[in-house]
Amino acid sequence: MKKPRPRSSAPKTGLPKCPTGIQGLDEITSGGLPRGRPTLVCGGAGCGKTLLAAEFLVRGAVEFGEPGVLMAFEETEAELKANVASLGFDLDGLVRRKKIVVDYVHIERSEVQESGAYDLEGLFVRLGHAIDSVGAKRVVLDTLEVLFSSLPNEAVLRAELQRLFRWLKDKGVTAVITAERGRESLTRHGLEEYVSDCVIVLDHRVNDQIATRHLRVVKYRGTLHGTNEFPFLIGEDGISVLPITSLSLNHTVSSERIATGIPRLDAMLGGRGFFRGSSILLTGTPGTGKTIISANFAQAAARRGERVLFFSFEESPAQIIRNMHSIGLRLEPHVKRGLLRFHSARPSLYGLEMHLATMFKEIAAFQPHVVIIDPITSLMGSGTDSEGKGMVTRLIDYLKAGQVTSLFTSLTQGGHALQQSEAAMSSLMDSWILLQDFEGNGERNRVLYVLKARGMAHSNQIREFLISDRGVDVVDAYIGASGVLTGSARAAQNALEKAAVLASQQEAARLKREVERKRAAIDRQISGLRSDYESESAELRRIAEQVGTSTLMLTSERAASGILRQADAKVGASAPGRPKHGRKL
Amino acid sequence: MKPEKSRRSAPTVKPRPAARPRSKFVLRLFVAGATARSRQAVLHLQQLCAADLKGGCTLEVIDIYQQPELARANQIVATPTLVVEFPRPMRRFIGNLANITGLFVELDLIPARKLTV
Repeated sequence: MKKPRPRSSAPKTGLPKCPTGIQGLDEITSGGLPRGRPTLVCGGAGCGKTLLAAEFLVRGAVEFGEPGVLMAFEETEAELKANVASLGFDLDGLVRRKKIVVDYVHIERSEVQESGAYDLEGLFVRLGHAIDSVGAKRVVLDTLEVLFSSLPNEAVLRAELQRLFRWLKDKGVTAVITAERGRESLTRHGLEEYVSDCVIVLDHRVNDQIATRHLRVVKYRGTLHGTNEFPFLIGEDGISVLPITSLSLNHTVSSERIATGIPRLDAMLGGRGFFRGSSILLTGTPGTGKTIISANFAQAAARRGERVLFFSFEESPAQIIRNMHSIGLRLEPHVKRGLLRFHSARPSLYGLEMHLATMFKEIAAFQPHVVIIDPITSLMGSGTDSEGKGMVTRLIDYLKAGQVTSLFTSLTQGGHALQQSEAAMSSLMDSWILLQDFEGNGERNRVLYVLKARGMAHSNQIREFLISDRGVDVVDAYIGASGVLTGSARAAQNALEKAAVLASQQEAARLKREVERKRAAIDRQISGLRSDYESESAELRRIAEQVGTSTLMLTSERAASGILRQADAKVGASAPGRPKHGRKL
Repeated sequence: MKPEKSRRSAPTVKPRPAARPRSKFVLRLFVAGATARSRQAVLHLQQLCAADLKGGCTLEVIDIYQQPELARANQIVATPTLVVEFPRPMRRFIGNLANITGLFVELDLIPARKLTV
């Protein structure tokens, strides 16, 4: 997600540019400072002029292979080295490797007396010698205006300074000249009259007790430049300016889904959780479990082996870890494995922009897959609404560009304006989960529902959200004729239902037994009847046999008597069939 | 006395220990090339040495074009610059030294009567 530093100097048609290497500044100036020309950097005390100039030199020497000369009028070489070392710049090493020359110009006003006409040839010689000794391409004159207070005769000085800037241009070095901000003019001694190619104003303002540094390119001849005031940050690795220019909507999107760590919540989100790289808003009144859901999400991601960056603006990391223990969530193994990183800061520590800058830096350094901001509302409280929204927009854009899934929690106050108050932010979010309290029966229960989830089928139901020492769970709330029941009311309703089921089960069992009994009775009857039938049929057989034998006897007797009587053959031929038939019976 | 124009030597440390016991004034003049202003400064200084310091002075003229590293070592910004190394405290005079004698009197470096004559 690291922004590629523009290394080439300028488009071919435009002014040749000298990249500063300062994060963001090259984007604002579309390539850097005007090459071979002096640039004026002015601002009040403590707004970072010297650091900006020093970073310009150091980055030039380290990243762009352009040696530099730092002519310091205010700080000694040792002081400068110590000061920039705090930003991670090894000025001492660069001086030893002959990449940078630091020349401290000191004039003790009390020792100097003017005696006739003079010029500043001494300064020119020193500068020229320094430039030649390392083949410098960049020159910084740190607060040249000190000369005005240490040397008499302003008219001479002005003439000489004009000559100096011309001389610098002739030398072809890219120069940065710092100057104190004046009351009515840009600089106290009107240096802007001489340096007219590029003027950058730095500013350090306090708004609502929160100080923010700003940078503005007032003038840049012959090139397009951002004219806004851009907040900037002096961090551990130098200055970073935050251009607000990258507000294009052309992120690549992923259709990969990632689990939330709460299976039932995944089920509510089309069964598979959130989209990777989407922005998720989690709103809720105090104590509804926003942080808990966030922590679950973080844990789930860490278990997948992804890096999670957790920005906490209300609790310290140790406190979050301890609190999550109470619901059986162990976060510290993930912290130890380096997959989970916390960044805690009070919202009032510095301004919105500074927070944003810090977050950008953290994100760029850690390269997380998931970013959690808990809660975004307290952060937005330190600026106006529009500032806040702008900030969130930039943050989301930044994260989306890097396919980072972001989860923002948002605290809403009690009452029914839940959705209204978040309207500004919610339109930026892809998914929105609402946590709410339900009060009734002398208790408060948490419910959860998915208000929106772009691009996925999601549950329209309100679910009860349970937090126990074994973790969190989402259960179906009872939704019936009497409305949504949660907590003990839901339990009571469940018990009632169970009782009803039990009663009907018992009834069914009783009925079954009755039927069994009846069937047994029927069986008994059937077997009685069958035995009756069998005895009767046996009787019948016996009778039939008797009848058969008597008939046979009768027939044979008749046949015998027929033979005896010489009856016709026809009767005798059919006669043997009948006794057969009779026997069969 | 004719001040010698030393250009090649490295006069940063050498003159002081040698000069201190016997001479009262140690002066070093830094000029940038042979401009009119430089020549004026040298001239004015020679006059001062000859008229007021009466040989009790060591004068060294350094051209920073020839020895630019000396400009840095001696914190030279303006030219010409006269550095009065001795007597202490160290003083610097910048300019063509047109009124250097007057300034020396003002600073009580040389007695005032010389001027009134």
